[in-house]
Amino acid sequence: MAARLVSRCGAVGAAAYSSPLVSCRRWSGASTDTVYDVVVSGGGLVGAAMACALGYDIHFHDKKILLLEAGPKKVLEKLSETYSNRVSSISPGSATLLSSFGAWDHICNMRYRAFRRMQVWDACSEALIMFDKDNLDDMGYIVENDVIMHALTKQLEAVSDRVTVLYRSKAIRYTWPCPFPMADSSPWVHITLGDGSTFQTKLLIGADGHNSGVRQAAGIQNVSWNYDQSAVVATLHLSEATENNVAWQRFLPSGPIALLPLSDTLSSLVWSTSHEHAAQLVSMDEEKFVDAVNSAFWSDADHTDFIDTAGAMLQYAVGLLKPTKVSARQLPPSVARVDAKSRVLFPLGLGHAAEYVRPRVALIGDAAHRVHPLAGQGVNMGFGDISSLAHHLSTAAFNGKDLGSMSHLTGYETERQRHNTALLAATDLLKRLYSTSAAPLVLLRTWGLQATNAVSPLKYLLGF
Amino acid sequence: MWGGGKLGSSGGWFLRVLGPGGRNTKAVRPLISSVYVKNQLSWILQIKPGVFNEYRTMWFKSYRMTFSCLNRIKSFRYRWARLYSTSQTTVDSGEVKTFLALAHKWWDEQGIYAPLHSMNDLRVPFIRDNLLKTIPNHQPGKPLFGMKILDVGCGGGLLTEPLGRLGASVIGIDPVDENIKTAQCHKSFDPVLDKRIEYRVCSLEEIVEETAETFDAVVASEVVEHVIDLETFLQCCCQVLKPSGSLFITTINKTQLSYALGIVFSEQIAAIVPKGTHTWEKFVSPETLESILESNGLSVQTVVGMLYNPFSGYWHWSENTSLNYAAHAVKSGVQEHPMSAEFAFKGEAEELQANACTNPAVHEELKK
Repeated sequence: MAARLVSRCGAVGAAAYSSPLVSCRRWSGASTDTVYDVVVSGGGLVGAAMACALGYDIHFHDKKILLLEAGPKKVLEKLSETYSNRVSSISPGSATLLSSFGAWDHICNMRYRAFRRMQVWDACSEALIMFDKDNLDDMGYIVENDVIMHALTKQLEAVSDRVTVLYRSKAIRYTWPCPFPMADSSPWVHITLGDGSTFQTKLLIGADGHNSGVRQAAGIQNVSWNYDQSAVVATLHLSEATENNVAWQRFLPSGPIALLPLSDTLSSLVWSTSHEHAAQLVSMDEEKFVDAVNSAFWSDADHTDFIDTAGAMLQYAVGLLKPTKVSARQLPPSVARVDAKSRVLFPLGLGHAAEYVRPRVALIGDAAHRVHPLAGQGVNMGFGDISSLAHHLSTAAFNGKDLGSMSHLTGYETERQRHNTALLAATDLLKRLYSTSAAPLVLLRTWGLQATNAVSPLKYLLGF
Repeated sequence: MWGGGKLGSSGGWFLRVLGPGGRNTKAVRPLISSVYVKNQLSWILQIKPGVFNEYRTMWFKSYRMTFSCLNRIKSFRYRWARLYSTSQTTVDSGEVKTFLALAHKWWDEQGIYAPLHSMNDLRVPFIRDNLLKTIPNHQPGKPLFGMKILDVGCGGGLLTEPLGRLGASVIGIDPVDENIKTAQCHKSFDPVLDKRIEYRVCSLEEIVEETAETFDAVVASEVVEHVIDLETFLQCCCQVLKPSGSLFITTINKTQLSYALGIVFSEQIAAIVPKGTHTWEKFVSPETLESILESNGLSVQTVVGMLYNPFSGYWHWSENTSLNYAAHAVKSGVQEHPMSAEFAFKGEAEELQANACTNPAVHEELKK
């Protein structure tokens, strides 16, 4: 009798619960779905690295992880002679992450290029900033994206007992659990694939790029705008073999052009410019293209006397105060040829998700933030997200916590939003500042660049 | 964004109309169950209710209770009391009532049980690390694999589930059957936990005979301040423990500070804890606890204070045990029954015996 009365009270309560104040789709699917601990949606560089990081984590030995990749499995039997035109600049922090689960060793066995110095200068003035590590450590590494992907795939295969990878699988629907813990509805996230199969998971990690399906399905607001720029990438052959361990970037009024070392004779080009100019560059014949690249780096056409004088004044002052901090402008190596069919363009934009986490959902990589390539930080921010999230999840797993619980997910969000927002804002500001040839702004940035070059701590604050 | 369970959010806390910290008067008891029914609606319709609105709503609704309901509840109450009056029990029926009313709220991490959810950040590592000392080679991913743990007063399974996730086989017991129902339902969705955890509606005394000396660890977290007979309760805990097994207790100290902060501030002013949850007279000081434990053959290894920050919602370890504290005691290695002790424990058992002889009443305070 007592039990019946209590359960009737409970039933009244439950009936009141189910009238959806918050619309919550009740899952009527099979309860025989596999329940995964973590599902990573998106098998790109960041998604695959996240799956690796969790798969190799010591506290995840008992857990089940699933990686969903919409594309086919890319098998690289033999490294091709020609370099791929999509490369990434990997920071030392990202290299540490990659080596923590053994992928960096594979990359070292394939190919990568370390660079020790970076020169960034303006087209409208003589101002430049030179980054170099005093103790001759590597500042960063230029690695082809295919090489990184292959290394990650190999490492994933080695932990296939914990990490399942499904290729050609695109999630078409995500169903979120009710915010209130309810008696008969599953508390997990339900994922439906294109072929109809369904899974349940305690934590869904969205690593599916800047048009993230996970982010859209979760209804997370995304602040985004398109830059009126496209980036042109190509693989260039240098006129003569050099030590080639310097990364060059010049800010033209139309956009930054960067030359990243790949080998003694090869470099990769990333040229961000207007859509029309980018289309012209990709379609013009190779000789004209090579001339355009060389003149972009070498020509002083945008200099004005006023700015040159002003710049020289500050340079003189710096020379008096800190003689060792005066850097002479060096010229990048000249380009002889471009690899056939290596010219590609892609549009650029900025994006930042208002929230990185929701209950049982976390966003990493481009799904959370999309940045201009001028600082070479895009994938490094993604790898930073992975380090932070993997650390929080590892601690949570060792404490026996529910992996989808907001308490540690908000810790990840706070840590990364602080870092990423600052970097995104700075990159956007730089892009806008250097998009103009109006004299006052040129003067401002000339002096600013020279001053920053002279003040070492500020340079290292930027991460170099 | 997701802040809750701190001073800000209060959903349906004011169940007790008249809420002295002590025993409930007759007039109050019938109100509780009926208020539970009526208030389900008011909880849902107001997601973040103002404190005074809730109080007013509930007061008016309680007056509209029908007499038939009252009569049913009276008979229900007496029947419940009759069930328990025949056996020797440490379960307090008044306490059972309190928790019955809140049985559905266990798993809302930002709800009224939020402080208990965040206490897991302290008590799970406390239990895990002390148990890991006794395991020579633990499996990565399942560090507590092979351990049998009893969670007394498990409630909705807040502490049981993390222990299960760490690989232990856990039995959770609670006298309130709604709690066990909630706990059972919650773990049923996770196939791994479903196998590792078992729940039962019973009190500790009822299972003492059948489970004597079977558990590697007994956890009584936030329980000893709710039992009637502490001495009997701890004796039972000792009986179900294997020799050299561990007992983990977290509870509240009986001091002026704990009255001021734990009862007056937490329950009546800030509503961090539902009113009437705690009775100051039943709080246990570490000294009392230790003396009872030592007299029952349990040697206290660690006593360390815990502090709750109501603004951040997080707990911290503290050297000060005048509010909340956690204790770890180990049963002496002398076997009462001729059951084979595991080899791994033998060295520990001899060491503990030596300690017990030389330092009978000394406890070490772990400075964290």
